[in-house]
Amino acid sequence: MRKIWIISLREFRSFFDSLTAYILIVAFLGLSGFFTWLSGSDIFFIGQASLQPFFSVAYWTLFFFTPALTMRTLAEENKTGTIELLLTKAVSDWDVILGKFLACLMLIGIALLLTLPYYISIWAMGPIDHGAVWCGYLGLILMSMSFIGIGLFASSITSNQIVAFLLSLFIGVFFLIIFNVLASNLTGFLGELLSFLSLSTHFDSISRGVVDSRDVIFFLSITVLGLILAEASLSKRNIVE
Amino acid sequence: MSIIVENLTKQYGPQKAVDDISFKVNTGEILGFLGPNGAGKTTTMKIITCFMAPTNGDVKVNDTSIYTNQEDIKKKIGYLPENNPLYLDMPVLEYLDYVGELQGIEKNKIQNRIVEMVHVCGLNDEKHKKIGELSKGYRQRVGLAQAMIHDPEILILDEPTTGLDPNQIIEIRKLIRHIGKEKTVILSTHILPEVEATCDRILIISKGKIVADGTSETLRKQAQGNEMLRIEIQDYDSKDRVISELQRIETIQMVDPVKDGSGIFTLQSKPGASSRRNIFNLCVQNKWFLAEMTPVETKLEDIFRELTTE
Repeated sequence: MRKIWIISLREFRSFFDSLTAYILIVAFLGLSGFFTWLSGSDIFFIGQASLQPFFSVAYWTLFFFTPALTMRTLAEENKTGTIELLLTKAVSDWDVILGKFLACLMLIGIALLLTLPYYISIWAMGPIDHGAVWCGYLGLILMSMSFIGIGLFASSITSNQIVAFLLSLFIGVFFLIIFNVLASNLTGFLGELLSFLSLSTHFDSISRGVVDSRDVIFFLSITVLGLILAEASLSKRNIVE
Repeated sequence: MSIIVENLTKQYGPQKAVDDISFKVNTGEILGFLGPNGAGKTTTMKIITCFMAPTNGDVKVNDTSIYTNQEDIKKKIGYLPENNPLYLDMPVLEYLDYVGELQGIEKNKIQNRIVEMVHVCGLNDEKHKKIGELSKGYRQRVGLAQAMIHDPEILILDEPTTGLDPNQIIEIRKLIRHIGKEKTVILSTHILPEVEATCDRILIISKGKIVADGTSETLRKQAQGNEMLRIEIQDYDSKDRVISELQRIETIQMVDPVKDGSGIFTLQSKPGASSRRNIFNLCVQNKWFLAEMTPVETKLEDIFRELTTE
């Protein structure tokens, strides 16, 4: 447990050393703020004290934000060979994967914390459904966890950061759009299956304030699957043919 | 703390990088791992440090197998990988602290260990810089410092002196010798004088197999067999007479004049015999002046070339 924490702290610090963290946080706050307050179907256009516009923007920004965060985690270590240095220390493969996972999650957590002023200012403007807001944040965190899982897996199988970035976007786009589009064109079991696999179905119901255990399990299972695959690709050097 | 390697095999596709090798390293021994490029040195080291699993065979570090408790083994090993990969964006001190914590050094001891490592590896002037700003030699020192920070029982160094200047090489060798008094050290290199200068024992591997194992003296003896001498005789009247007289000595197998008229000869004795005394007596009898008599040693280079080429 301590090892996981040590690794994630270093990783977290390196986000800030390399400016990645600042750029991504500023971009995230800028984009989500712009669409929440200023443009499109913003708060004033809807005329309701609700964070719904913010959640639907954050849903998209996090989709791009997370792969940019995860792409370097393992791909860079593979490229520079520092992975050998790390794995020959007294740590397990899981310590490394979970440490990196935690670091990414912490950074996204900070980005989301910084949007709390949005919540407070809307609260000041009118009656707000507090339950829905907290559910929305929970939904965003669960969704980010899934994306981090996917992103870590993509990063673990390559030594090229761009490949890792594109691959995690590519996998993400299936869960975000393609399953949903296919589901609406299909009926029967296949349609239902695809609709279940679609991320937006689950996110919508959570961000409306309904926390169903099935939705939570869905996000967590994508996360765990991503992490297991990442661990497997990290330890495939150990496979004895 | 001993390392026992048993029937180790590692296969990459159809190619065997390491082919059924077994050896043992004892505490306080510095083992030099020698071999041409691609002989399997690095692969063997990666297996001992638990980075890679072997296709076959086992490695036991102090009776713990690499299949049972990897974390325990890793804690006892300090490892400097080939090409010395480092986190270039980290400052030296922060990096050493990170490695120290990962290796499970107690919080209150880490600072002392870092100070000691900075001192031992001569990093004092560079300790606040980022690793990426350091020259290759200093990076190598950081690599050594991180390998030794947790005071490991076993030190495994893959080409530790690449990129260092001659002064640093001598310092690092001294350091390795010093550490090797109490600890087990395995180092790989293809610089032959380095092995002679630092190692107690030499292991030469070629194409994944061990081709020689022993101290540099035993290896020499094995390769050399007969005594070789180089002598210089002056004040003689005819060179042919010298040659024929030398050939008459019963312990001498072969006489070979080196240069015309200079009086220098190389002699090979018969197996197991020494002809030094006979040569001296011969010179006294004929009143020749014996200006030089040196045993010719087979160089480690020759042994290496003989064993690793076909």
